[in-house]
Amino acid sequence: MTQENRISGGQIDRARTLRFSFDGHQYEGHPGDTLASALLANGVRLMGRSFKYHRPRGVISAGSEEPNALVELRAGARREPNTRATVVELFDGLSAESQNRWPTLAFDAMAINDRLSPFFAAGFYYKTFMWPRAFWEKLYEPIIRRAAGLGSLSKLDDPDDYDKGFLHCDLLIIGAGPAGLMAALTAGRAGARVILADEDFRMGGRLNAETYEVDGRSGADWALKALAELRSLPSVRLMPRTTILGAMDHGIYTALERVSDHLPAPLPGKPRQILWRIYSRRAILAGGATERPIAFENNDRPGILLAGSLRAYANRWGAAVGKRAAVFTNNDDGLRTAADLAAKGIETRVIDARKGEEVIDTSGRLGLKSVTIRTPNGTETFRCDALGVSGGWNPNVNITSHHRSRPVWDEAICAFVPGADGPPGLSSAGAAAGRLSTHGALESGAAEAEAALADLGLAAPARDLPVAEDAPIAITPKWYVSAGKGRAWIDQQNDVTVKDVKLAHQENYVSVEHLKRYTTLGMATDQGKTGNVLGLAVMAELTGRSIPQTGTTIYRPPYTPVAMGALAGRSRGQEFKPTRLTPSHKWATEQGAVFVEVGQWLRAQWLPRTGETHWRESVDREVLATRKSVGICDVTTLGKIDIQGTDAGAFLNKVYANTFSTLAVGKCRYGLMLREDGMVFDDGTTARLGDHEYVMTTTTANAVGVFRHLEFVRQCLCPDMDVQLISTTEAWAQYSVAGPNARKLLQKLVDQDISDAALPYMGCAEITLGGLRARIFRISFSGELAYEIAVPTRYGDALIRALVAAGEEFDAVVYGTEALGVMRVEKGHVAGNELNGQSSALNMGLGKMVSQKKDSIGMVLSQREGMTTANGYRLVGIKPVNPAEKLTAGSHFLEKGAAEVAANDLGWITSTVHSPHLGHAIALGYLKGGDSRKGQRLRAANLLAKTEVEVEIVSPHFFDPEGERLRG
Amino acid sequence: MFGSGHYSGFRVIKEALTGHKGWRPAWRDPEPQKSYDFIIIGGGGHGLATAYYLAKQFNQSRIAVLEKGYLGGGNVGRNTTIIRSNYLLDGNEPFYEFSLKLWEGLEQDFNFNAMVSQRGILNLYHTDAQRDAYTRRGNAMILHGADADLLDRDQVRAMYPFLNFDNARFPIKGGLAQRRGGTVRHDAVAWGYARGADQRGVDLIQNCEVTGIRTENGRVTGVDTSRGFIGAKKVGVAVAGNSSRVMAHVGMRLPIESHVLQAFVSEGLKPLIDGVITYGAGHFYVSQSDKGGLVFGGDIDGYNSYAQRGNMPVVEDVAEGGMSLMPMIGRARLLRSWGGIMDMSMDGSPIIDRTDIDGLYFNGGWCYGGFKATPASGWCFAHLLATDKPHETATAYRFDRFRKGLMIDEKGQGAQPNLH
Amino acid sequence: MIINHPILGPRDAQEFVYLGDAALIARPDGLAPGAQEAFHDYLYLRDNPAGLHRELWYHEQGDRSWLVVTRNTLTHEITQVELARDVARSLGRSK
Repeated sequence: MTQENRISGGQIDRARTLRFSFDGHQYEGHPGDTLASALLANGVRLMGRSFKYHRPRGVISAGSEEPNALVELRAGARREPNTRATVVELFDGLSAESQNRWPTLAFDAMAINDRLSPFFAAGFYYKTFMWPRAFWEKLYEPIIRRAAGLGSLSKLDDPDDYDKGFLHCDLLIIGAGPAGLMAALTAGRAGARVILADEDFRMGGRLNAETYEVDGRSGADWALKALAELRSLPSVRLMPRTTILGAMDHGIYTALERVSDHLPAPLPGKPRQILWRIYSRRAILAGGATERPIAFENNDRPGILLAGSLRAYANRWGAAVGKRAAVFTNNDDGLRTAADLAAKGIETRVIDARKGEEVIDTSGRLGLKSVTIRTPNGTETFRCDALGVSGGWNPNVNITSHHRSRPVWDEAICAFVPGADGPPGLSSAGAAAGRLSTHGALESGAAEAEAALADLGLAAPARDLPVAEDAPIAITPKWYVSAGKGRAWIDQQNDVTVKDVKLAHQENYVSVEHLKRYTTLGMATDQGKTGNVLGLAVMAELTGRSIPQTGTTIYRPPYTPVAMGALAGRSRGQEFKPTRLTPSHKWATEQGAVFVEVGQWLRAQWLPRTGETHWRESVDREVLATRKSVGICDVTTLGKIDIQGTDAGAFLNKVYANTFSTLAVGKCRYGLMLREDGMVFDDGTTARLGDHEYVMTTTTANAVGVFRHLEFVRQCLCPDMDVQLISTTEAWAQYSVAGPNARKLLQKLVDQDISDAALPYMGCAEITLGGLRARIFRISFSGELAYEIAVPTRYGDALIRALVAAGEEFDAVVYGTEALGVMRVEKGHVAGNELNGQSSALNMGLGKMVSQKKDSIGMVLSQREGMTTANGYRLVGIKPVNPAEKLTAGSHFLEKGAAEVAANDLGWITSTVHSPHLGHAIALGYLKGGDSRKGQRLRAANLLAKTEVEVEIVSPHFFDPEGERLRG
Repeated sequence: MFGSGHYSGFRVIKEALTGHKGWRPAWRDPEPQKSYDFIIIGGGGHGLATAYYLAKQFNQSRIAVLEKGYLGGGNVGRNTTIIRSNYLLDGNEPFYEFSLKLWEGLEQDFNFNAMVSQRGILNLYHTDAQRDAYTRRGNAMILHGADADLLDRDQVRAMYPFLNFDNARFPIKGGLAQRRGGTVRHDAVAWGYARGADQRGVDLIQNCEVTGIRTENGRVTGVDTSRGFIGAKKVGVAVAGNSSRVMAHVGMRLPIESHVLQAFVSEGLKPLIDGVITYGAGHFYVSQSDKGGLVFGGDIDGYNSYAQRGNMPVVEDVAEGGMSLMPMIGRARLLRSWGGIMDMSMDGSPIIDRTDIDGLYFNGGWCYGGFKATPASGWCFAHLLATDKPHETATAYRFDRFRKGLMIDEKGQGAQPNLH
Repeated sequence: MIINHPILGPRDAQEFVYLGDAALIARPDGLAPGAQEAFHDYLYLRDNPAGLHRELWYHEQGDRSWLVVTRNTLTHEITQVELARDVARSLGRSK
C-alpha cells in the first residue's frame, strides 16, 4: 500500500511500519504518527461528518482542539466514541470507524439536512414543534433524538482499569514547548521539585512542528537535548501523555495520564489511564496557543486546515494534505506555512488578507478541489486541494480562567491573554501568555520560573537563554469574509455559521452567554477552542462594540474531555464502596447464610437450613427457636463509643434527652438522642462500667454521625469538660444471646456468676470467658431474657463457634437481621424505618423521656408548638382485621369510606413483619392522633398496587407487653 | 401584542424562505423607568416566571425585572434540567404537582418550545427500607393526584438493561417511577418567560445590579441599583444563591446557606438513556439530552460558597456513582462541568413569603430543586405579590415554620443545609 | 482545597467533614428564659456572607479535631485555621 501523501522529513520512524484500518480500509503508517497524520499521508482527507448538517469534514488541526475528525476508536467493549484522530497515537492493528453518518461516510443520507439548512437556523426548534401538543413527544422529539449525538457507546461494561494517584511538587509546569522546557530547565537546575506535563506523546510542543532553529540546531533537536538534561535532574519528573484538566483550589491540579492509550490494550496489570491529583506550591501555564480560522463561504471542506497545522503535518509527520496548496492569512505566521510547504516541494499560493485578498468560496464536496479568491485585481478560481487558514493565534488561557478569571484583550496580537486574577500561584509563560515568538517563549519561560523560584525561596541559576527567532506576528484583524450568500462556519462541529450569529444578534441574544446558548457556539466536544473568539468577534462587529466590550466566555474544567472511568478509578462494581465484614462472617458463610447490605456492612439476613425453600421458613424458625429456647445474633455493627472522664455523666446528660448521671455503676440504660431541632437522632443503650467510664451503643446507621456529634459537643460546646471519647465499634465483637435458655448457655462459657441476682436485668459487667476479658450487658432488643456479650474482635470468630457449640444442647439457633426485625416489631421497638429523621420523641411515644430539668441537645426546640400538637403522628401497632391478609410498609391510613386524597391521609405503615407467634402480619406505623385511635378500624391503602387492607389500631407492644420474659 | 411576534412552524418555514429577515428581538432592552408597581430582583427562571404570571395571570402592569448580569444566567441555565413531582410531604407535593401541571402546558402558554419531555424519572432502590420509604412516597404522590409506579427489579431491568444488575456492591431491587417526570431545555425556559413577559410590557433590565433596598416607615419605596434609584410599590426578591446578600440590604438574616452544586455533561452520544435515572446507593442522576449529551450530577460540594465552581472530590464521587450504576459509561467522556450557587435552606424546602417590611417579598431556599419549581414558583410568587395571600399550594413555605416547628424536611436531615 | 491543620499541618479538605458557620459554637442556654427564640436564631439563621466566613470542619479521617476555618466564600482562600476548642474557650464556653 502506498502512502501517497507521505513526504520527506518528520519525526516518524520510517524503519517500522504500522498497519491500521479506517472504515474497514487497510492503511499503513509509522511510529510517531497520529491517526490523523497517517490518514493524511494515505491521501484520506474525509474523516467525519458535522453534527447538524452532516457536512463532510476532514481534520482542521493537529491537536486536541480538533472539532471535526472524530472517530470511534477500537471495537467491542473498548470502543471509544468521539475520539480525536489528531491525538490518537498510531499503533499496529489500530481500527477506527467514522461516526454520525449512514450508511457510509462518503454517502450519508442525513446530509439531506444540509439541503434543508435554511429551515435549521439557530434556535429554530424553539419556535416550532409546539402544535399539536402531543406531537413534540410522540413525533418530533423522537426524530430529533434519533439523529442526535455523534459516536455511540458499545453499551458493554468498560473492561479496563483506571487508577488514581497523588503527586506533590514545588512547581508544576503545564506544557513542554519552548516556554515549558525553558521553565523546567531553570527550576530543575535550581533543585526545585518540578513536574513537567504535556498532553502530547512527544514533548517539545511547536518546536516539533517548526523549521526554525534554536541555538543553531533544529527546534526539535534542541527540545531533545533539553529533555535529556531534564531527565538527568533527579528532582524533575517528566509526564508526557498527561493533560492538566483543571485548576482546583489551593494549588491542586487535576491531571490525566494516558498510560495505555497508545497500545492495542493495556499491558497486564496496567491501568488504561491514571487520574492524578497534583499538589503544587507554584505552577506555570506554558500551554501554548491555538490557531483560529477566518470564516468564509464553504470554509469547512476536507482539506482546509489551520495553517499552522498544515505545516505541522508536513514538518513533524512528513504528511502533505494535498499536492497543490494555498494559505489564507492575516498575519506573518501564515506565511511560514507557505514557506515550509514550498521547501518541501509543494507549490503554495498565498492569499494575504492584509493586502486586500480573501477567499470567497471553495468547491469539492468530499474534499477541497478549488478555491475562489477576490483580490484588488478581481476574482479568480484555482485548483487547490490543501488550504491553510490563519486568523491569528489564541493563547490557551483556559486553565487561567478555571477560577472564573476573565481573560483580557491584547490588541497587539488580537487575542485574549490571561487575566490578572487567575488561580493563585499560577502564572503564564510563552504563547499562553501572548508571547508568540520562540524567543519570547524561552525568555518568559525562564523569567516565570525565576519568579516562581523566588516565591519558593530557591536561588535561580544564571540565565542561559538559547538564541531563537523573535519575529512579530504582524497581524491585521480579519474575522470573516462578507461575500456571497452562503454559509461561513465558525463552530464547525456544531455547524454554527456567521449567519447564525447574525440571527442571534437580530433576535437580541447578544450577551455572549446568550449567543453561546442560543446558537450552541462553543458547546461541542472541542469547547470552542477554535471558534469562540471568532464568534465573539463577529458579534462585536454586529453590535458596533469592541471585542472586550462584547465580553468573553470563560472556560471550565476539564481542559479536554475525560473518560468517566478515569474519574471513577477503582470505585466501581464490588469495589464501589468498602465492604465491612462482621466477626462471624466466615462462620456464617460456612453455614450458607444469606447476607444483606447494611450501610457498608454485610450482615447475615437469615441462615437457611437444609430443606428450607422460602426465606420465611428460615426466619420463622429462627424467631420461634429463639423465643422457645435461645438464639444468637451478631450485633457487632452497632456503634460503640467509650466515654471516660470525671464529666462523662454530665456529658451524657447533655447529649441524651434522658438522664445518665444518675445511672448506677454496673447498669445500662436506654438512651434517646435528639438533634438540636428536637427530632430523634439516634437511640441505644449506654452502660456505666465505672464511676467515670461509660460505653455507649448507637444504631449501625448512625455510628459515625453520632461520634462526630459527640466530638462536636465535647470540643465546641463543652470544651472544659473532662471527657474523652473513642470509637470502639471495630474493637469489640458483640453477640446477642436471647431466649429463655440464654443464661444457661452463657453460664457455660462465662467464668463469673451471671445469675439473675448477680447480673439483673439491665446490669452489665466486665467478665472473662475462660480467662479472656469480655463484657456482658443484660439488655434485650428481642424482648427475651437476653445478653450482649463482647470480646476483642480477634476472638469474634472463636466466640461464635463457642456459642454455637455451647448452644447445641439447647437447640440454639443463630438468627439474622430479618428475625431480629420480626422480634423488635413484636416488641414495638423503633428502628431505621421509624428513626427517619422526621420524627420526634413524642411521635415515637417516648415524649416523657425528654427531661425538662436539664439542658440537653434538642430539648428546647422539641417543645415548639408544631411538634407538640395532640393530633400529631404517634407510633401505633397495626394488625389486619382478617389475619390472613398481608400488610405493606408504606401503605397509608384512610378512614373507611374516605376518598383517596391527601386531605384524608392519616399516616402510614413504617414496618411490617409476619409474627410467627401470633400467626399473622403485624406492623408499626405513624398515625395522626394515634394514641386516641387504639381499637379503631382503618384502611391501609397501597395505591401503588391498588390494594387495601382493613386494619385495627393496637398497642405497638404485640408480644409480652409487660416485659416479664426479659426480666426472667 | 408587541415584541417578537408569534412563533410557529409556518413562520419558521416562511422565514427560512425569505432569509430570516423577519425575526425580531425576543425581548427589548429598555431603559429603566423612574418607578414601577412591581420590581422583581433577579432575572433568573423564577424572577422571569414571576413577572410573566404577574402580567398574564394577575393582570398587573408597570413591572420590571432587574438582573445584574444577563437573563437566565443563574441556576436556570446551570442545572440538570429535570422536572418531577415525586415529593413526599404535604407541604411540598401539591406545589410540585402544580408545577408539573404548569410544565405540561407551558410551551403553548408562552409560545416557545422549551422541549418539555416527559420521558419519565426512575428513582432506584437497593434496600428493603428504601423500598418501604418509596412505597410511602409513591402513595403520598397518588393521594396528591400525581402519578407513581413502584417497579421491581425485573421491571427496572426491562427498562434499562444496561444498568449494573450482576456485579453491584448495592444490587438494584427496584425503583419508584414517575412517568410524567422528565426534562426540559433549561435556557429555553428563561427565554420563553422573558419573551412572554416582554410581550406583555414587562421591562427586563439586564446589567442592573441592586445595591440597596430603600424603606420608609417600615415600607419599601424602591431599590438602589447600578443604574440609579428605581422606585417601587412592591419588591419581590428571587435571587436564589444570592438571597442572603440581597436581604442583607434590609438587615434580614435568612435560614439559608449558599452552596455550590456542580453538574456535568458528556460528549454527544447516540441515544442510550431514554428517561431520567437516579441512583439510590450513590450520588448520581443522569438523563440524555436531545443533543446526545449525558447530563448528570450528584451531591453539592458541601461547604458555603459563592464561587460558582467546585472541586474534584465531588466530581470523582459522581463518576464513581455513575460507573457503579452503569459501567458501560467508562469510555464516555465528561465534556464540561459547571457550578451553580444553591440557596440551601434549613429544612431543604423553599420559602415564598412576605417579610417584616411592607411591600418586600421573598422567594428562595430552593436548594437544588429550583428548576422543576420554576413555573409554580413564579405563579405562586406572583399570586403573593398581587394578592398579598399565599397561593393554596404554597401555604407551608413560610419563614415562621422554623419558629413553630413545622419544618418540611423531606430527607429528615435536620437544620444542616448541606445534607438536604 | 487544603486545610492547614494547626496540629497536623496541611491536609486535603477531603479528609474533613463540613458542618457550617462557627456561630454554632455559641449555643444558647437551654434553661434560660426565652430559650426557644434564642435557639431558633442559633439553629436556623445564618449570616451566609459572600466573603470571609468562619466555619466548622471536622477532621474525620484524621485526628478528630473540630477546626474553625476562616475561608473566603468567593475565592475559597483560607486565611486562618484554629482549633474549635480554643475558639470555644475564647468565647467563654467551659463545661
